[in-house]
Amino acid sequence: MWQPSFSPALRRLLVLGSVVATLALSGCATTGGGRTDDPFEPVNRAMYAINDPIDKFVFKPIAQAYVDYVPSIIRTGINNYFNNIDDLFSAVNGLLQGKLDKAGNDMGRVMLNTFPGILGLIDVASDLGIPRGNEDFGQTFGYWGIPQGPYLFVPFFGPSTVRDGSGFVLRVLWSPTTEIRDVAVRNVIYGLGGLDIRAQALGTTSLISEASLDPYTFVRRAYLQRRQYLVYDGNPPPAKDDE
Amino acid sequence: MKTLLTAWRALAVLAIVVLALPAALAQEAPDALVKRVANEVQQIIKTDPKVQAGDQQRIRDVIETKLLPNFDFDRMTALAMGRNWRQATPEQQKQLIDQFRALLVRTYSGALSQYRDQVMDFKPLRGDPAATDVTVRSEVVRPGQVPVQIDYGMTKTASGWKASDVIVGGISLVTNYRDEFNEQIKSGGIDGLIKTLASKNQGLK
Repeated sequence: MWQPSFSPALRRLLVLGSVVATLALSGCATTGGGRTDDPFEPVNRAMYAINDPIDKFVFKPIAQAYVDYVPSIIRTGINNYFNNIDDLFSAVNGLLQGKLDKAGNDMGRVMLNTFPGILGLIDVASDLGIPRGNEDFGQTFGYWGIPQGPYLFVPFFGPSTVRDGSGFVLRVLWSPTTEIRDVAVRNVIYGLGGLDIRAQALGTTSLISEASLDPYTFVRRAYLQRRQYLVYDGNPPPAKDDE
Repeated sequence: MKTLLTAWRALAVLAIVVLALPAALAQEAPDALVKRVANEVQQIIKTDPKVQAGDQQRIRDVIETKLLPNFDFDRMTALAMGRNWRQATPEQQKQLIDQFRALLVRTYSGALSQYRDQVMDFKPLRGDPAATDVTVRSEVVRPGQVPVQIDYGMTKTASGWKASDVIVGGISLVTNYRDEFNEQIKSGGIDGLIKTLASKNQGLK
């Protein structure tokens, strides 16, 4: 197999370039107006249909067993570890959006949780009442005025958009976890990250199956509403009523 | 003569105050209403032994008597239907309201117990005090987590303020169902939507 021999820095630059190109294309694709949230709906629905049974029979039971059998103190530590990395990216994205107070809080959180909090396992900062900024690359792109682009449903990852998916790619490639040289350890951490995310979402997915008439539509609208809300820091402009 | 006029004027002012007072009391401000109901229900969840034991009948009873009178399901259904609402006959509208109400009550009553130990923080009301539609903002604070914002879309009715939408973490219930309703109506008409809602409710029983 061909192995790219780029330096890590160059590789990251290349990824950044392709993300920028994708976002530029997504901007062109959504200037038509009207209901263009989900132009790839047939493909997305097929992906949803593939993901649904895998989630139901594999990921969801594993996540449920994790919640049922692993002591909560360990699960909290694991959740804190990943939240700490999220906070690091939140600080970066707070800076990219010029939200200095948020970025300052997040930077403080990362310092406190990484060192006294043992690599993020203990959330010292929350005990001190420092709020989480909860910013990410997708929100930064939105803040910069880049349109969300087509909705995407990605098996194993769930709902996204071209804008959020691009942010997610940057997030994964620039994560400190990629610096871990031991492949086995790195893969265990990735696995735990997935488990943590799925376990956090257990309550949500059972509500979706009870409340929705068509889970696909329900998830799509909920996701897009949520992301819009986050881009506008909790004060999105009122949606256009189609009355 | 002048004193008589002053007396009349004082009497008129008094009359207005007396007449307006009951109306003012009946029209509890929307933010005060949400705060009072939320606190009352949380108090019941915390202290009622039957609710704590998971007695479904008692939980449904609390919801029926304490929560539901403060919701305007007619308006909620109309909002979720969007422009399809006017196409529905009065009989269809009635069925839609009944089925939508049943779906919401059943699916969201399960979530009620989660409010037990949560700290709810209500924000002061902003905007025009004379408006007939306002948003009451609140925040649920969970240690170590990003707080969840819960907003209530309130509508002024003849019998006081009623909730016509609930927005949890930016996800509006009405907006979410509008997409779902639209889709059902596109494929099976309004009767198709009523049928889907009814069979969903049957399955959940």
